[in-house]
Amino acid sequence: MIEATKSENGSQLLLRTLKKQGVEMIFGYPGGAVLPLYDALYDGGIPHILARHEQGALHAAEGYAKVTGKPGVVIVTSGPGATNAITGIADAMSDSLPLVVFTGQVATPGIGKDAFQEADVMGLTMPITKNNYQVRDSKDLPRMINEAFQIATTGRKGPVVIDLPKDISLVKISEKYQETVDLPSYQPTVEPNTLQIQKMMTALAAAKKPVILAGAGVIHGEASTELLVFAEKYNVPIVNTLLGLGTISSVHELFLGMGGMHGSYTANMALTECDLLLNIGSRFDDRLASAPKDFAPNATIVHIDIDPAEIGKVIETAIPIVADAKAALKKALNTPITPPDTQEWRQQNKARKAQYPFSYDRENTDEIKPQKVIEIIGKLTNGEAIIVTDVGQHQMWTAQFYPFRYAHQLVTSGGLGTMGYGIPAGIGAKLGAPEKEVVVIVGDGGFQMTNQELAILNEYGVDLKIIILNNQSLGMVRQWQEKFHNERRSESVFRTQPDFVKMAEAYQIKGSRLANPATLEQELTTIFAEKGPALIEVLVSTTEHVLPMIAPGSPNDQMIGVVNR
Amino acid sequence: MKRIITACVNNYSGVLNRVTGVLNRRQFNIESISVGPTEATSISRITIVLNVASLFEAEQVTKQLNKQIDVIKVSDITDEPHVERELALIKLNTPAATRAELLSVMEPFRANIIDVGAKTVVVQVTGTSEKIDAFVDVVRAYGIKQMARTGVTGFLRSSK
Ligand SMILES: Cc1ncc(C[n+]2csc(CCOP(=O)(O)OP(=O)(O)O)c2C)c(N)n1
Repeated sequence: MIEATKSENGSQLLLRTLKKQGVEMIFGYPGGAVLPLYDALYDGGIPHILARHEQGALHAAEGYAKVTGKPGVVIVTSGPGATNAITGIADAMSDSLPLVVFTGQVATPGIGKDAFQEADVMGLTMPITKNNYQVRDSKDLPRMINEAFQIATTGRKGPVVIDLPKDISLVKISEKYQETVDLPSYQPTVEPNTLQIQKMMTALAAAKKPVILAGAGVIHGEASTELLVFAEKYNVPIVNTLLGLGTISSVHELFLGMGGMHGSYTANMALTECDLLLNIGSRFDDRLASAPKDFAPNATIVHIDIDPAEIGKVIETAIPIVADAKAALKKALNTPITPPDTQEWRQQNKARKAQYPFSYDRENTDEIKPQKVIEIIGKLTNGEAIIVTDVGQHQMWTAQFYPFRYAHQLVTSGGLGTMGYGIPAGIGAKLGAPEKEVVVIVGDGGFQMTNQELAILNEYGVDLKIIILNNQSLGMVRQWQEKFHNERRSESVFRTQPDFVKMAEAYQIKGSRLANPATLEQELTTIFAEKGPALIEVLVSTTEHVLPMIAPGSPNDQMIGVVNR
Repeated sequence: MKRIITACVNNYSGVLNRVTGVLNRRQFNIESISVGPTEATSISRITIVLNVASLFEAEQVTKQLNKQIDVIKVSDITDEPHVERELALIKLNTPAATRAELLSVMEPFRANIIDVGAKTVVVQVTGTSEKIDAFVDVVRAYGIKQMARTGVTGFLRSSK
């Protein structure tokens, strides 16, 4: 128990606790219920990034969390501030990103009485948080904050909300308080069961066609080095999920590409034909396994996951292993076996990779192909930039054509698929990794959902390159309508568009519009050579589809639009 | 298939909400749910009776519930040696002439009359849900004016 200083109020104690937690920056937006908190913030100590919409603050915190692995911290006000934050909280829950979100709340006497700007934040956020708290006594603040950080950043990571009534943030702390966490019922399993690892290794030793499916769990667990050592030691090819991209360099021989709906033919065939599937930190999402009954039909399934509830949720698992990815791989590496002979299997995959690469009509020089833009960016950044996307076709083209190299490199909304994620997440990513080049790739639709955050670029000196792949439509919706709804393009084609270059200029950012396929590469080269934020609108094909594709509900080997080189 | 699942949870406000929220979102059908204090003041016991399609589903329920921070321990006690009880209060139409007969019907169920009115009596019966179902069937002929059931509560038997 710690003696209160008497002079400190709830807000000051809160900020002091955040400093002790090592919080480097806060993303937020003020309002009535958090005035005391912003008053305490006025005295400095922790830099604050003022978003232009609470959704922006949340996605920025997610981008920061994604590239740093550290928790993103957010403050929003009560009622509308909190409801504007909901999308970002749900997004972080879906992608297991650690966030600690403070929502202001009306003063305690008004709670439940429909006070001005009251929303039931506890009720609203319960299903989209790993845990949530409402502070009823200011002396609970340090303990709750420390618990929130522990919960957000351990086990399967996720967002935690702390709902803070205004009176609690104002009142002077007079009682002794506790800082230490008190979570007897929260003990995530980190170390794997030795017997289960042995079973896995025995299965691996006997396998002829093993495949590793590496998901975001490898990134969250900082296990990409161990993954590589393991894969190379036992000659096991690797398929990534969308969120697992970067766990292995895309130029590595063992990398088969992304699996699932818009994944590579090689990856999806490997998933179908393998006799042993080692799933490390992926949750068999329906974009990966859209026909669970037919998924990896010949394989013994091993599933390593830190969240026991994920194991067996979608795919029946022969060898379940509840553990952190790094701990599991380390133990596996310490369990010697004779490496399986996968020579033939690897040859088969290699041949497929050469025969069925991602492709598009490279001969067509009448229009700019969006895939080409991604390839050029890959070249200009040497595959080393942090890549942030929004949601839609451009997101899938980025996943297919950008040559990812390392973990934490791709920042994208995978689980929730949140349009509007790109720009603010890019800002958070750059703030989290200022030494890295950060490129945001967005569609003309998603850009218009959160473009107000462009205001931040100059204000905080955030050096982002933002590429709008303008196909004059909600491309991914248009594609589905063209494929599955008799080309009835219902509300998916824009009749009018803003002048994106002028929008850039309005925010004092360099803006360019690229429309000429012949000069595209040279123009991009010039723009990328310059320092400072830039918005680049590229007028791309308005008819292009993301291919190949698995129709929803179809098994992984039934891809449409596969092109044989 | 019917499963009895017990959960020990931190006695904080909102925890019951979380538990029913998880069940609701995963579309599990709650047959009954009961909550009350335990031997430890900070811990409540929730007993849930669910109708699930398979053991696999039941396992999913326990895993999803266990994941909640304020849930301390979840057990599916259906197949373990356990004690379970439910209480029902039943208000029956009972003109004076029928009361003697009612008493004899109640006897094998060890039910009690706990309130007597001019035209009705209130009967209390405890036991497993099956026993209560059987009792309700037997007394239905009298005309049930009102009924309240608590839902099942229970835990594992003492080790022998
Ligand atoms: C907030 C939100 N609303 C709607 C959708 C559904 N949706 C998915 S992709 C898409 C089209 C995106 O269009 P655009 O941003 O132009 O990108 P493109 O697909 O053309 O690359 C839509 C509307 C979504 N994912 N998120």
